[in-house]
Amino acid sequence: MISLSHYLILAAILFVISVIGIFLNRKNLIVLLMAIELMLLAVNLNFVAFSHYLNDLSGQLFVFFILVVAAAESGIGLAILVVLFRNLSSIDVEDLDSLKG
Amino acid sequence: MEFKTLLFYLFSTITVIAALRVITARNPVHAVLFLVLAFFNVAGLWMLLQAEFLSLALVMVYVGAVMVLFLFVVMMLDINIERVRAGFWSNLPLGIVVGGLLASEMAVVLSGKYFGLANLPPQNLPANYSNTKELARVLFTDYAYPFEVASVILLVAIIVAVMLTMRRRKDNKAMHSSDQIAVKAKDRMRIVKMAPEVDLPASGGDKA
Repeated sequence: MISLSHYLILAAILFVISVIGIFLNRKNLIVLLMAIELMLLAVNLNFVAFSHYLNDLSGQLFVFFILVVAAAESGIGLAILVVLFRNLSSIDVEDLDSLKG
Repeated sequence: MEFKTLLFYLFSTITVIAALRVITARNPVHAVLFLVLAFFNVAGLWMLLQAEFLSLALVMVYVGAVMVLFLFVVMMLDINIERVRAGFWSNLPLGIVVGGLLASEMAVVLSGKYFGLANLPPQNLPANYSNTKELARVLFTDYAYPFEVASVILLVAIIVAVMLTMRRRKDNKAMHSSDQIAVKAKDRMRIVKMAPEVDLPASGGDKA
């Protein structure tokens, strides 16, 4: 029988993989965005699992809103990426130093 | 082994492998495609959790729209892979330390020994239970106001994406309508003052 812990551990594995992915793809902005999507997916999996095992639909509603915000986030993020590539001809994070921060 | 258990392990194994390939793939297009695979398998897991609406919404909205957007952008950009991959594995030790700490902390909490998570029984819903209907009932009553806010967020995202990527070219021949409305007659027409009669020199060619 699959228990709640199974789902939570799977979500934790997914989350850790995407954290390591952010460390590995430190230069590639587009894979960084994909790693963030993967993180959101792991969190959503937690929400749905808790919603099922506690028999409370609010968790699934939260996933709905997270999907909305994530879609907006990736849309705007990719638009910024396109503008960035048009100006710099590169998506290397290390080239983004025009603010001298 | 029960069939649902088998399905759980199948979906979760493919999800983890796909996630690993997303972060290590050399070609960004492959990374996007593996991300699509991961999303599909998580949608299967959600189906196992009896969240049918979200499962289908994930496939349609996420795989169908957001991932295709990713694919467009990845294929449109000319990424210098060699440069981006330089020093790829140099951050792995730090990543493993941080990820290992994160995983061990989560394992303490999630293994369920101390929090009784393993004792929660799965819900057995009746056969005529409609997940979409129940979700809609909650969404349009208790969460009606957040629903409106979500639509505003999407509208803002549309406007921002269009405004950011719109490019005004220098050699564009389009007219500005405000300039056209504000135009005066003297901008278009020049009135020249000149004498009414001009004495032409007599030409000798018309004598018979």
